[in-house]
Amino acid sequence: MNELSVEQKKFLHIQKRHRRVVGVSRVLILLSFLFIWEFTANTGIIDSFIFSSPSKIALCFWEMTLDGTIFLHIGVTLYETVVSFFLVIAVSILAAVALWFSSKLSEILDPYMVVLNSLPKSALAPLLIVWLGANQTTIIVAGMSVAIFGSILSLYSSFSSVDPEKIKLIYTLRGNRFHALTKVVLPSSLPAIINIMKVNIGLCLVGVVIGEFLAARSGLGYLIIYSSQVFKMDWLLLGIVLLCLMAMVLYALISLLEKWCVKHY
Amino acid sequence: MEPNKDQILELKSVHYAYHNMDGETTALTDISFAMKEGEFVAIVGPSGCGKSTLLSIIAGLLEPEKGLIKINGKYLRESTTNIGYMLQHDQLFEWRTIYHNVILGLEVQHMLTTKTKAKAHELLDTYGLKQFENARPSELSGGMRQRAALVRTLVLEPDILLLDEPFSALDYQTRLRVGDDIGQIIRNEHKTAILVTHDLSEAISLADRVIILTSRPATIQQTLPLIFDLKKDTPLNRRNAPEFKNYFNLIWKELNENE
Repeated sequence: MNELSVEQKKFLHIQKRHRRVVGVSRVLILLSFLFIWEFTANTGIIDSFIFSSPSKIALCFWEMTLDGTIFLHIGVTLYETVVSFFLVIAVSILAAVALWFSSKLSEILDPYMVVLNSLPKSALAPLLIVWLGANQTTIIVAGMSVAIFGSILSLYSSFSSVDPEKIKLIYTLRGNRFHALTKVVLPSSLPAIINIMKVNIGLCLVGVVIGEFLAARSGLGYLIIYSSQVFKMDWLLLGIVLLCLMAMVLYALISLLEKWCVKHY
Repeated sequence: MEPNKDQILELKSVHYAYHNMDGETTALTDISFAMKEGEFVAIVGPSGCGKSTLLSIIAGLLEPEKGLIKINGKYLRESTTNIGYMLQHDQLFEWRTIYHNVILGLEVQHMLTTKTKAKAHELLDTYGLKQFENARPSELSGGMRQRAALVRTLVLEPDILLLDEPFSALDYQTRLRVGDDIGQIIRNEHKTAILVTHDLSEAISLADRVIILTSRPATIQQTLPLIFDLKKDTPLNRRNAPEFKNYFNLIWKELNENE
């Protein structure tokens, strides 16, 4: 291997310092935020009854861990989010394939898709409760409703932007439209599928929490709405913190899947 | 025209037009020609005159509005003759290795057997791509990619090869080399081939016969047989032969006459 030149070493050094500054700053912001929050709550500058404090939230988490209720809430929300996520992915791939197969169908349905996509989905939740009852199905459907139309539209647009010459190649090899789908359209849309996964995992969580606000006896959304009603701010903030963490972990899992796909595909 | 036994391809008064809401555009009108087995024909003409449309019709991707096409004496639709088509760009799929790109046609036609797989490996070996079998297309040079695309076509053992400006996406130097290279491969395999190009020197160096089309709506302006007095008839030798310049000027004049 070549000996690094002085300039290259200097460049690497600057890059390394830059990364360190970014990393340390991130941690510092979080720590100082927690510190100021804790300090002001303890000294009475802010009302800890309304604003709670990091130590109270941690204590609350510990108590709920001991009696096991927190696992129930996390588990329920996680289950509902994951189920609605996979249903959204499966349904939107199937629907986008159907639209791709029939350009007539997609042209007919286009205005409906656009309207349904722009509709604020939270408006559907009360309707779903009446139709499906105050149960887990409603919450899963609410989770799906937030993500499904957008992901069908973006998948379909990715399907139809495939290079027509690549599809022509399939026909010159005497393939049919089905081959064009399986050999060209789906493999070349893999990055788009992963992208909608990244967007949808967050959207499904939003939909599930909305559903839990209205129609649940457990789950983080229920914990948040219930604690606001009984004015237990520790619970409420704990719920929000756990939702943050859950969103982060789920997103990280999909990023891992993406890395794996890039490597193996 | 008398029906002829060794005519592999015959076109009679083929006519084709594109339709859209603004009206129709006639692309081809009254195209008739025939080809013998093993013959290499080049089709030249002004750009946008419908050369590629003609290939798409012969390949069966487009249906002619009038006229008929016979392959080995059978109508195109009933014909079982395999037609290979090489597109302007290699269209190798980045998500497949070179080997898996090459067997794409076999996969699509459900012809993946031990024998055809062996054939694919053999062709890759013959054309110097063996060490790249497991490489991704982006790791190959333009010329090698075009070879891989040719192998993808040849592995289906086509009786007729259609080449739609397959070298036009390459830079000039590579283009000369790959053009000569692929021309030689096609001759060695004794394939009947139609090359569509706007590069006159490419047409003259490769073909047995040049068909000159008029501008749109295209019809055959002239057919010119190319005869070279060479011991070894290779594209490179042709380029250096005295006849080359004469043919070039002749075709050039023909093309400019109808401007």
